[in-house]
Amino acid sequence: MPTTRKSSAKKTVAARPNGRVLLCVATRKGAWLLHGDATRKTWRVDGPHFLGHIVNHLVLDPRDGRTLLAAAKTGHLGPTVFRSTDRGRTWKEAARPPAFAKATDGSKGRSVDHTFWLTPAHANEPNVWYAGTSPQGLFRSEDGGNTWTPFSSINDDAQYRVWMGSVQDGTPDGPKLHSIIVDPRDPKHLYFAMSGGGVHESTDGGQTFAPLVKGMEVVEGFDPGTITFHDPHCVRLCPSNPDRLYQQNHCGIYRLDRPSDTWTHIGKAMPKRVGDIGFPMVVHPRDDHTAWVFPMDGQTVWPRTSPEGKPAAYGTRNGGKTWQRLNAGLPEQHAWWTVKRQAMCADAHDPVGLYFGTTSGELWMSRDEGKKWVCIARHLPEIYAVEAATL
Amino acid sequence: MNVLIPTPLLSYTGQRQVQAHGATVDAVLMDLERQYPGIRFRMIDEQARMRAHVRFFVNNVQVRDLAQALRPDDELIIVQALSGG
Repeated sequence: MPTTRKSSAKKTVAARPNGRVLLCVATRKGAWLLHGDATRKTWRVDGPHFLGHIVNHLVLDPRDGRTLLAAAKTGHLGPTVFRSTDRGRTWKEAARPPAFAKATDGSKGRSVDHTFWLTPAHANEPNVWYAGTSPQGLFRSEDGGNTWTPFSSINDDAQYRVWMGSVQDGTPDGPKLHSIIVDPRDPKHLYFAMSGGGVHESTDGGQTFAPLVKGMEVVEGFDPGTITFHDPHCVRLCPSNPDRLYQQNHCGIYRLDRPSDTWTHIGKAMPKRVGDIGFPMVVHPRDDHTAWVFPMDGQTVWPRTSPEGKPAAYGTRNGGKTWQRLNAGLPEQHAWWTVKRQAMCADAHDPVGLYFGTTSGELWMSRDEGKKWVCIARHLPEIYAVEAATL
Repeated sequence: MNVLIPTPLLSYTGQRQVQAHGATVDAVLMDLERQYPGIRFRMIDEQARMRAHVRFFVNNVQVRDLAQALRPDDELIIVQALSGG
């Protein structure tokens, strides 16, 4: 277990300079870069990149501020990863994108349908990246995303293959490995999550993993002791307190304070008419008591729309004891979109800027931590991911 | 032999018609990969299976097996299946 710190007291770290913000927007039909000024009021749109490609994630490497990786495929062609070392001016395709090992025992063998999630590794491991795929697989690159190696400890492990379930057990557009997290204190301390298949932790750089699902609920009538029934949607680690994680799950909102291994269901404090189901989870860059979610309708057939057609973010300032509705500026009714798990994020400014992209192709932001929202782009394709980098 | 490239793969070849060589469909695709790195994985997955929405035709007859033998004067046409949205 990595070094732990007492997390009961509110923790803060120094604010970063309020620099320019780069938004990396991945959509069902391509990718866009939005260059903001330091006030975050003017945005220059650069795109589309890879028009027609399904881009699940577009991430800027915070270690050099220049390298971008894009996880892409088209409706017809196989998946790939595109790389830029000049912040999107030019792109090159990965020489060896994430791919499972070829089956050698006569079994059918799996193939990557799409790379879903990209995570830059530890600050002390330049050029190292992790990727999560659909169907669920974990991959690592040590050359800036040019070639990728599968984690046999996950992808080919008999127990993990059971926990992953089949394609039928996953989300409608394929089961996913996501929320790959690197502890900023220890590059060997990793987390990832699977929809479905639970949250998992490694303390040896990924040689071994173990489930971390205690306290998490599963769909009524099923056994929470069966790992495959667990469906975390998004897990985030607090940069100001790496012992604290927040999670938006299929069954609610949770918080975990290490070294405890038991998640606390903090979504119970959400209003009953809204519920605590959603996809994204966002944490404050400097305050581990502050986090945001974007609830969706998870009743009956799971419409996955804003509850009652009235979209709103919810924020907590006390670790999930209470939640505040944050919808000033958002449509008050008849807005039947939602926000996917990678499509909401925060920048490093003070006050923090929040951003989300909708399934209807709108990009919204708040310059004051959710008090008021403004739409900064519309008519984009369905937005899959939004990442904010402070330059 | 002549290989007709579908528009989604033009970013690799830059032209609709290219030349590639091999005694089987698989060997021709390997030769394409040698000439245009990355192109094969967009059509063939890591288990050596044709991807679901990519089709191959030799002299206008659909290929079912990548080991299918070819003659130098055959023509290979690669198409994307009519699907999507």
